[in-house]
Order: sequence, then C-alpha cells, then structure tokens
Amino acid sequence: MYRYILKRLLMLIPVLLGVAFLIFAIMDVAAGDPVYSVAGADATPEQIEVLREKMGLNGSLIERYIRYIGNLLRGDLGTSYISKLDVMKVYLQRLPNTLKLATLTMIVAVGMAIPLGITAAVHQNSIRDTTSMVLALIGLSMPNFWLGLLLILFFSLRLGWFPTGGSEGFRSIVLPAITVGTSLAALLTRTTRSSMLDVLRQDYLRTARAKGVSERNVIQKHALRNALIPIITIFGVQFSNVLGGSVLAETVFAWPGVGRLVVDAIDQRDIPTVTGALVMTTMLVTIVNLLVDLVYAFVDPRIKAQYTK
Amino acid sequence: MTNQEANEIILNIRNLKVRYETQDGIVKAVNGVDLTLRKKRTLGLVGETGAGKTTTALAIMRLVPNPPGVVECDKLEIGGQDILSLPEHKLEHVRGNDVSMIFQDPMTALNPVFTVGDQIAESLEIHEHLSVKDAKERAGDMLELVGIPRERANEYPHQFSGGMKQRVVIAIALACNPQLLLADEPTTALDVTIQAQVLELMNELKEKYDTSMIMITHDLGCVAEVCDEVAVMYAGRIVEEGTLEDVFNRTMHPYTEGLFNSLPNIKDRKAKLKPIKGLMPDPTNLPVGCSFAPRCNYATDACLIAQPQLRSISQTHRIACTAYDNPEFHIERRIL
Ligand SMILES: Nc1ncnc2c1ncn2[C@@H]1O[C@H](COP(=O)(O)OP(=O)(O)OP(=O)(O)O)[C@@H](O)[C@H]1O
Ligand SMILES: [Mg+2]
Repeated sequence: MYRYILKRLLMLIPVLLGVAFLIFAIMDVAAGDPVYSVAGADATPEQIEVLREKMGLNGSLIERYIRYIGNLLRGDLGTSYISKLDVMKVYLQRLPNTLKLATLTMIVAVGMAIPLGITAAVHQNSIRDTTSMVLALIGLSMPNFWLGLLLILFFSLRLGWFPTGGSEGFRSIVLPAITVGTSLAALLTRTTRSSMLDVLRQDYLRTARAKGVSERNVIQKHALRNALIPIITIFGVQFSNVLGGSVLAETVFAWPGVGRLVVDAIDQRDIPTVTGALVMTTMLVTIVNLLVDLVYAFVDPRIKAQYTK
Repeated sequence: MTNQEANEIILNIRNLKVRYETQDGIVKAVNGVDLTLRKKRTLGLVGETGAGKTTTALAIMRLVPNPPGVVECDKLEIGGQDILSLPEHKLEHVRGNDVSMIFQDPMTALNPVFTVGDQIAESLEIHEHLSVKDAKERAGDMLELVGIPRERANEYPHQFSGGMKQRVVIAIALACNPQLLLADEPTTALDVTIQAQVLELMNELKEKYDTSMIMITHDLGCVAEVCDEVAVMYAGRIVEEGTLEDVFNRTMHPYTEGLFNSLPNIKDRKAKLKPIKGLMPDPTNLPVGCSFAPRCNYATDACLIAQPQLRSISQTHRIACTAYDNPEFHIERRIL
C-alpha cells in the first residue's frame, strides 16, 4: 500500500510538468506578447528589450518554461503584470476561501444527495422516488446564478439571516455553499440512487437480513458501503471542480476565491497570475485524485488487493 | 430424552401460498403447502427447478421480497412461536437466532466489503449481545468448526475458494445455534469431493447441536444421505411426502417415480435414461387439474378436472394423486 502511494506521488511529477507546460504554451499562444502593452505605445526598441528581460520573457518557449519550473520549485510563480504583487502570495490568500467554500459545498451536496438517493432507491418507483428524482432534475437544470439570486432575495434581503455577499466569516459562506451544493447534489443523488439500486438486488443483503440485521443496518451498513465507489468517483470529480473555484457563485456572492482571481486575471491578460493559479489548481486536483483512489482502497478490499499487487 | 420432547414440533406450516406479482403476470410460486417438522429431524425438500423450494424457505424466514412477492398463510409457527403476527423488529430476533438459512449460491451470499470474521461475528453481536472482541473470538471458533483456520477470519470473501465460502455461509447460519436450519442446495455450487465434505460437516453439526433441518435439493443422493423425511414438490405443491423409506422404497406418485427414473442406473448402464417428458407448467398459468397431468404417463381425464388433495396412505406417507381413486392403480417403479 505504501509503495503504491509512493509510486503515485512520483507519478505526480511528470503529470504536473506536462500540465504546466500545456498551460504555459497555451497562454503563450493565446495572450500574444504582453511586453508592448506593459511598455506603452511610445517605448523605443531598446526599452522594450530591457523590459522583456526584466519580465523574464526573453528566450524561446522552452527556455522560459524551464526557467518557470525552476522558479516554481522555489515557490516563485512570478509577479502580476497588473498589481505587481507576488502571484504565489495572492493565490495563497485566496486559497483558504476556496477551500472553505469547496468543503462546505461538498458537505451540502453529500448531505442532500446520499439520503435522497438512498430513499429513492429503497422505495423505487414510489412517490418518494419520483419526488427525489424531480428534485434532482430541478437542481440539475436550475442555473447556479439564478438560485444564488433567489437565495439572496429571500434569506438576505427578506429575512436578513445571511449577508448578501463578501467574506465576513461563516455566515457569508452559507448561501454560496447551498447554491453550488444544490446543483452538485443533483448528479450525486442520481448516482447514489442507481448505485444503490444495483446493490439492493445483491444476494448478500438477503444473507444479512437472514442473520437478523435490522433493515436500517442492511441499508446503511451492508448496502451503502458497497454502493460507495461510483458515488466517491463523482464526488472526487465535483470536489476537483469546486477547488478550481466556483466562478458564478463567487461572482454572485462577491466571494474572494480562486475562481474569480483567475477570471479577473484573464480579463486583464495578467498571464503570470493565470498560469500560476492554474498550475496550483492542477496540483490540488491531482492530489485529490490520489486521495480518491486511496479512499477506494479503504472502502473496497478488492481494490486494495489490486494496489498491493 | 422423553417421548414428548422427541415429538416436539419445530416447524408447523399450514396452507402457505406465495405469488410474485410481476409485470408479465402473477407467478404462483407456492400454492398451499403444509409442512410439519419435528425436533432433530431432517426433511428433504426436492423438486425440479422452479418448483418453489427457495420461495418456501424464504417464506419461512419471512424474507420473500415484497414487491413483487405476496405471502398468504393460515399458520406459520417456529418452535411454537407464531411467526406470522410478529412485527418486523421482533422478526429480527427470530432470524439468525431461531431459524437460519444457508443460501443457494455461496459465491454471491457474502458481502465483499467485510471480512468473513466480521460477517460471522455480526449475528453473535446482534443475538447474543457479545462485545466485538468476544464475537470475533467466537467467529474464529465457528471457522475452525467448519474446517477453516481461525487466522483467516481477517480475510475477505474474494480471498476464499467457492467451497470455503460455502463453509463460511454455513458458519454464519450456525453461529447462534438455531433450532431450525434451512439449507437451500448447500452443495450444488461445489464440486463432488467438496460436496461430500460439506454434507458430512452438516450432518456432524446437526448431531452436535440438535438442529432440525430442511434440506432443499434436487439431488436425490444427497437426500438419501442426510434426510429422515422427504417432501416432493411440484409446481408449488407437495405431491408426495413421507419418511425416507416411504418415498424412496414405496414410491407412489408418478412424479416421484419420474424423478427416480431420470437418474442413471449404475447396475444397468445400458438402460436408457427415462427423463420426464415435457416441462413444468408455466407458474403464471397453472392448469385447473393436477399440474403434473400434462406430463404424466398414467393421466386420465379425471386428472384434468380438479387439483388432487394430499391423502394419507399410511401413518407417515401421503400423496396427492387422483389415479389412486382406483384401488387397482399402481406405478411401475423401477427398483434401484
Ligand atoms: N423475485 C421473484 N420475482 C418473480 N418471480 C420469482 C421471484 N423469485 C422466484 N420467482 C419465480 O417463482 C418460481 C419458484 O421459484 P423458486 O426460486 O422458489 O424455485 P426453486 O424451486 O428454488 O428452483 P431452483 O431449484 O432453480 O432453485 C419460479 O417460477 C421463479 O421464476
Ligand atoms: Mg432455489
């Protein structure tokens, strides 16, 4: 098992290098030469060359890439063209906000999806099943920003329970988490339901009932544990997505997370910030993927056996 | 042992009916079965595939899945306790404790994500309120009892062979010393050498713990080996029942005869097998008369009119066959 983890960690290195190169190359092609816009219209060619060197933009793509990776290893993502601030510092400032929102979002999503999905599966084709599935469909088709606005209208403006936006502690995070969590819960509910339906047919649940296990434990202990793998897969994908920032929710609720950082930076052609934030997000996502794979092994001994082989 | 104890009735079923209401129609799986089983006795429930054997056992456990299954029954008592009127939470005390079931397919009967030790320990934790540690200890004992080293308690089902899984399933069923054990084809999934071992094991355990047992099988050899009594089931009804000698040596029902004639005869290997012609009737659409009549060599018009009722031939032997209305009637059972 430890060897497997070590192997996976080592495999992270080429993956990260590759992804960093892709981001780097795409930004290079897409953004054009930023030196001119920074230098201004009436700069002389000499001034431009000096500036290019200062901005670290001299040399070929490969040369610049290698330089970038070298700096990255020292924790240096360069400085923003616009704010002249250290990109790593700015990213790390935003990251906790995104982590908090992502975590609470997933708690909301799982908290809604698992009970709904289980109920739907256990009472297949009943009114409870239909209700759950209609709820899931609504959650899936409702635009995020719209639900966000509705929640603000009702809970912030009408009832005044939560702030309309900003980052004033826990109360600010509730509405954005519900907004994003609801939309994620939809897919997660459907996954839970179909996975549970598969498991509910299995003979070993009958064995459990024949032992005298209560119906509640048959579902929550024997069935759910077997139904978890697809649920964890979807959970991992969704968690990775929200780690990159939930741009719409962050915009609607003026939540200073990584998503808005990237979007604003793209607007301003602030290449170091965009590249830096994307590379860091990639790193986080690969780590989440590794964790998901480890959770698989924890949930299902057959997968663990494959890892240790 | 007093005489009264010997006659203690463990299982008493009257007029059990089970139907599955599916989209393709109503499957009449069990159609009025009566069974009585005394302490320490083993009843063989035989019949071809689809006869309703598993469904009968599930009904005794009150585990027929609903939907689609619907159970109707006049009386269902285990060890004198009325099982029909028990609410679900009381049934949980009965299952695994008073009555256990060994399931047909060991490959799918175990939960893949729990260790075999935990799966055996679970019923001990539920019924005997043992601590996790004590239950684990006892689970180890149970494993040894069925011939598996106790160290393997921490392994998962996928690390076990089919025969070992079947032993684990048996260990689970026996963990709390049930009065009644329902063994649903406990050996069909196993190869012949393992089959013999498992049968012997079950015989031993039955002796040791005074368990009464219903052995479901279509293997007549297995019946001869372990059963005291036999009930032959056809299309959800019992057509012949009696002691092992009654059914094997004094066979009366044409269907039972057919079952024996389908067996290869070692003494006369050139003799052609005489399988029963045709198929069991569609359980969604059973005939009005005797369900076996369409396949029966002796059938007369009288057989098509009404369902034959079980009648007593002797103290122990009962059959359901209209042909015996004629006192001259007899079957030409080949002597094995
Ligand atoms: N869950 C179910 N839904 C619908 N029909 C069912 C269900 N379970 C069993 N049946 C039907 O009920 C009838 C009796 O099935 P049962 O499993 O009791 O037979 P069996 O005697 O155990 O056969 P086998 O020897 O193959 O195990 C069959 O026609 C079967 O198709
Ligand atoms: Mg069966």
